[in-house]
Amino acid sequence: MEYILTILIFFPAFAALIGFLVKNDSIRAYAIVVTSLQFVLSLFLWMNFDTNEAQMQFTHIIPLISSYGINYHVGVDGISLFLVIMTTFMTMISVIGLSEKKDLKNLIITLLFLEMTMVGVFLALDAIVFYLFWEFSLIPMLYIVGAWGGTLRIYASIKFFLYTFLGSLIMLVGMLYLGYVYYITTGMYSFSLEDWNMLILPFDMQLWLFIAFFCGFAIKVPMFPFHTWLPYAHGQAPTIGSVILAAILLKMGTYGFVRFSLPLFPDASVYFTMPMAILALIAIIYTAMVAYAQEDMKQVIAYSSVSHMGIIILGIFALNTEGIGGAIFLMISHGIVSGALFMLVGVVYDRRQTKLIKEYGGIAKVMPKFATIFAIMLMASIGLPLSIGFVGEFLSLIGFFKVSATLTFVAGLTIIFGAVYMLTMYKKVFFGPLKSEKNKDLKDLNKRELTALIPLVALVVILGVYPKPILAPVEKSVNHLVEIMKIKGDDNTRVEILNRNSIEGSR
Amino acid sequence: MNNIPPIAIEFASLNFPTIMPMIIAVVGALVILIVDLINKNLDKSLYVMLTVLFLMIDLGVIIGFSSDVRGFFDLLLVDGISILSQGIIVIASIFFILTAMGKLRFQEYRYPEYFALYLFMIAGFQFMVSSDSLILILVGLETASMALYTIIAMHNRTNALEAAIKYFTMGALSTAFFAFGSLIFYALTGTVELGKVSEVLVSSNYENYPLVLLGVVFMLGAIGFKLSLVPYHTWVADVYEGSTAALAGFISIVPKMAAFVVALRFFEIFIASGDPFVEIVLYITVVLTITIPNIIALLQNDMNRMLAFSSISNAGFAMTAILIGTTQATQALFLYWLMFLITNLGAFSFLWINRSKNHTSLPSDHAMEKYAGLIKRDPLSAIMIGLFLFSLAGIPPFALFWGKLYLIGSAVNAGYVTLALIMVINSAIAGYYYLKPIIFIFLKEPNKETEVELLANSTPTIRIMIGFCAVLVVFSILLIEPLLEIISYYVQISGY
Repeated sequence: MEYILTILIFFPAFAALIGFLVKNDSIRAYAIVVTSLQFVLSLFLWMNFDTNEAQMQFTHIIPLISSYGINYHVGVDGISLFLVIMTTFMTMISVIGLSEKKDLKNLIITLLFLEMTMVGVFLALDAIVFYLFWEFSLIPMLYIVGAWGGTLRIYASIKFFLYTFLGSLIMLVGMLYLGYVYYITTGMYSFSLEDWNMLILPFDMQLWLFIAFFCGFAIKVPMFPFHTWLPYAHGQAPTIGSVILAAILLKMGTYGFVRFSLPLFPDASVYFTMPMAILALIAIIYTAMVAYAQEDMKQVIAYSSVSHMGIIILGIFALNTEGIGGAIFLMISHGIVSGALFMLVGVVYDRRQTKLIKEYGGIAKVMPKFATIFAIMLMASIGLPLSIGFVGEFLSLIGFFKVSATLTFVAGLTIIFGAVYMLTMYKKVFFGPLKSEKNKDLKDLNKRELTALIPLVALVVILGVYPKPILAPVEKSVNHLVEIMKIKGDDNTRVEILNRNSIEGSR
Repeated sequence: MNNIPPIAIEFASLNFPTIMPMIIAVVGALVILIVDLINKNLDKSLYVMLTVLFLMIDLGVIIGFSSDVRGFFDLLLVDGISILSQGIIVIASIFFILTAMGKLRFQEYRYPEYFALYLFMIAGFQFMVSSDSLILILVGLETASMALYTIIAMHNRTNALEAAIKYFTMGALSTAFFAFGSLIFYALTGTVELGKVSEVLVSSNYENYPLVLLGVVFMLGAIGFKLSLVPYHTWVADVYEGSTAALAGFISIVPKMAAFVVALRFFEIFIASGDPFVEIVLYITVVLTITIPNIIALLQNDMNRMLAFSSISNAGFAMTAILIGTTQATQALFLYWLMFLITNLGAFSFLWINRSKNHTSLPSDHAMEKYAGLIKRDPLSAIMIGLFLFSLAGIPPFALFWGKLYLIGSAVNAGYVTLALIMVINSAIAGYYYLKPIIFIFLKEPNKETEVELLANSTPTIRIMIGFCAVLVVFSILLIEPLLEIISYYVQISGY
C-alpha cells in the first residue's frame, strides 16, 4: 500500500516501454487492458483512502538531490484523489473509443507516457517533481497533436508547446526562489509543499511569486488573454488528443492554483481576487460569444471549455469551501462532459471527415442513439439541474456570491449564453431537413463507441443526482486548505476569508 | 666574463607529479609517431585505441590528485578546479576520439599525425587549466589551438580549409589580445601570476584603474574568442560547418572547458572584490551571448549550424556562473558543462554517423530535410536524437535540465533574479529552434524523392556510445547527486 502512488504513476510508463514489443495489430487490446488496470488501481486507491482524513495520505519520500533539497515526494488528499481517478478513467474511455488507424502503436505508447505525467502532476508534493511531470507532459501532447492532427497541426502543436513552455519556465524561477526563501529561513533547501506551507511570506514577495506561478498556471488553464493556443490545439488535434487535452491537461492549471497559489500566497490570493475574477468573467462571457460564432463543432466545444474554466477560476478565488469544493467538482464534471462531447464530435468526424456544422442537419433521424447521448451531454454542459454540470457550476457561483453578488450575477449569464450556443449548434446539426445526400446513410453508434460513451452518460446522471461520494472528501480537504490560509494570512486576509466562509458573506 | 651562478634545484622541489598528466599525453603522441615510423600500414583503429589508452592513464593520474599541489617553480597549480576540469577534458576527449571509428574513410584518419596532434592538443588544454601564470596559460593555449587548427584543416575539403584559416586568424588575434592583457598586468603589478596580481592590485587599491580596465578588456577579448562570447563569436558557425560533426562536437566542449577555467581564475579577482565596471561589462556580455545567437539560430536550416549557435548560447549560460561568482555557481558551471557534454556528444555523434559521402540534392551535409520522417524510417535513432534535442531545450527530466535548474537556482540564490528571468526567457526562445528538427523527425512524412542514405557512417562502437549517452541523458536524475558531491568537494578545496 505504501507504494501505491508510485505504482500508479509509473505503471503506464512501464507498460509503454513493454508495449514496444507488442505487435501492431494487437496494440489496441493491450492499451485497453493497461488503462483498465490503471483505472482499477486508482479505484483501489479510493477504497483504501481514509475519507475522514483531510491531510495527505500514502505519502512516500525518496531523496533525489539531497544537497539541494529535491525529493521524490508523493501523496494524495481529497482534492487530488478524484482528479487522479478522473485521469485514469478518461484515459481508459478515450482508448476504448479510439478509432485512429495510422501509426497506432506510436500513438498508444505516447498516450501511456502522457498518462504517467498527468497522474504524476496530481500526486507530486515536491515542487520540482511537480514541474518535471508538468513539463514532460508537453512532449507527448506535442507529438499527438503534431503527428495525428489536421492540416495546421504543426503550427498548432508548436504554439501549444512554446506558450506553455514559456509560462512554466517563469513558474520555475518562482519555485527556485521559494526554495531559496526556505533556505534563508531554515538553513536548509526544500522544495516540499508541506515544508513550504509552513512559510509565512511578506506581502510584496507573495505578490511577485503569485505572478510567477500565475504565468505557469494561467496559460495552462487557459485564462483570458492567454487562451489563444487552445482553439488551435483543439481544432487540429485528433479526437483522442482533444479528449485528453480538455478533460485532463487543462485541469492541471486549475489544480496548480488550488495546490500552490492559495496555500502559499494567501494574502496575494485575497489581493488578486478581483483581477482574477475579472479575467475569469471576460473569459466566460467573451468566449461564450466567440463560441456562438464558430462554424466548426470542435471549436464550439473548445471555446465552451475556456468559458467553463473561467467558472472554475471564479470558484477557486471565492476562497471559501463551497467555491473551491465546487470548482474541484466542476473540474471533474467538465472533464467527463467535455471529453464526451469531443468524442461525440469524433464519431461523426470518423464517418464524414468534416466537423463543420453546415455540412450536417437533420441527422437525428439517421442517428437516434447518437442524438440522444449528444443531447444528454449537452444538457450537462449547459449545467441543467440533476446533471453533473449543475453541481459544480452552482457551488462555484454560490461560493463567489459571498464575494460579489454583481459579478456572480454576470457570471450566471454564462448558463444562458451556454444554452444559446450549444442549443443552436444542436439544432443546426440534428434537426431540420436532411440536406446532404451523404448524411442519409450515416451509421448510428457502433458497439465500441457505445461502450465508451455509456459509462460517461451513467456518470453524468448518477453524480448529478447524488454528488456526495465525491463532494464529501473534497470538502474535507478544502476545509483544511482554508484553515491553512486563515492561519497563514495576515489580519486582513483572515477577516476576509472568515467573512467569505460565513453565511452572510463579505458584503 | 661573468660567471652565471649555477642554479641548484632539488628534484623534489619540482614536484614532478604535477606535470605527469601532460607528460603522459605528450608521450602518447610521440609513441604514436614512432609506431608510424616503424610500420606505415597500420589501421586507424590501432591509433584510436592507443589514444584512448594514453588518455585513460592520463585520467588515472588526474584522479590520483586529491588536494592543491604546486610545482615547477610555482608555474603549475593543480588545485580542485584544475583536477575537475582536467577530468572533464580527458573524459570528453576519450569519447570524442572514439567517433573516429566511423565506417567511411576520411582523409584525416589516414594520417597517424591526426592522433598525435589530438594528444598534443589535450596536453595543451591540461596546461592551460593547471596554471595561474599568464605565460604558461598562453603557452598551453597556443599549443592546443595550433594543433586544433591543423586537425580541422586535415579534413581537406574547401570549407574545412576555410574554417581552419578563419579560426586561425581569429585565434591569432585573440592570442595577441591575451599577450597585451598579460603585458598590462605585468606592467602594473610586476608579476604574471594571477594570485599575486590580485594581491598587488588589492594592496595598491587599484592604482591606475583605467589601465587595469584596459587589461580587463584585452583579456575579455582573448577569453571571449575562445569561449565564443558575443561579439567575438563570428567564427563559430563557419568553423563548425567546416569541420566534421564529430570535431564540431569536440570544439563545442573541450576548448571551452579549458577557457572557462581561465576565465574563472581571471575574473574571480574582480568579481570577488565587487568591481562594478567589470561586473557590468560581464553582465552585458553574458546577456548578449545568451540572446543574440538564440535569435540567429531560429533562422538556421542546417543542424550543424543550428547546434553551433546553440552552443554559443549555452556557453553564455555557463558564463553566468562566473558572473555570479558564488561557490554554488561554480559548482553549477561544472555540472552544467558535464550535462552539456553528455548531450552534445550524443547529438553531434548522431550527426556524424549520418554523414555520407554520396552527393545529394540537399543544400548541406546535415540539412534538416535529411531527417524528415525519421521516426517512420528508423524509430530508435529518431527517439535518441529526440532525447538529445529535448535535453538541449531543457525539458525535464533530461540531462541539461538539471544543469539549467542548478544554474538558475544559483542565480536566484545570489540575488540575480532579473538574470534568471532573462535565462528562462531565452530557454523558451531556444525551445523553438530545437523543435524545428523535432518537427522534421517526428511530425513530417519521409521525403520520397530525395531518399537519403541514413547511418552511412555508423559502426557498432559509435552506436553503443550514442546509446550510452542516451541512457545517461534519460537517467541523469540519478547522476546529479553523486556528481554534485564530487564537484563540490573539488570546488571547495580550491576555494572558489
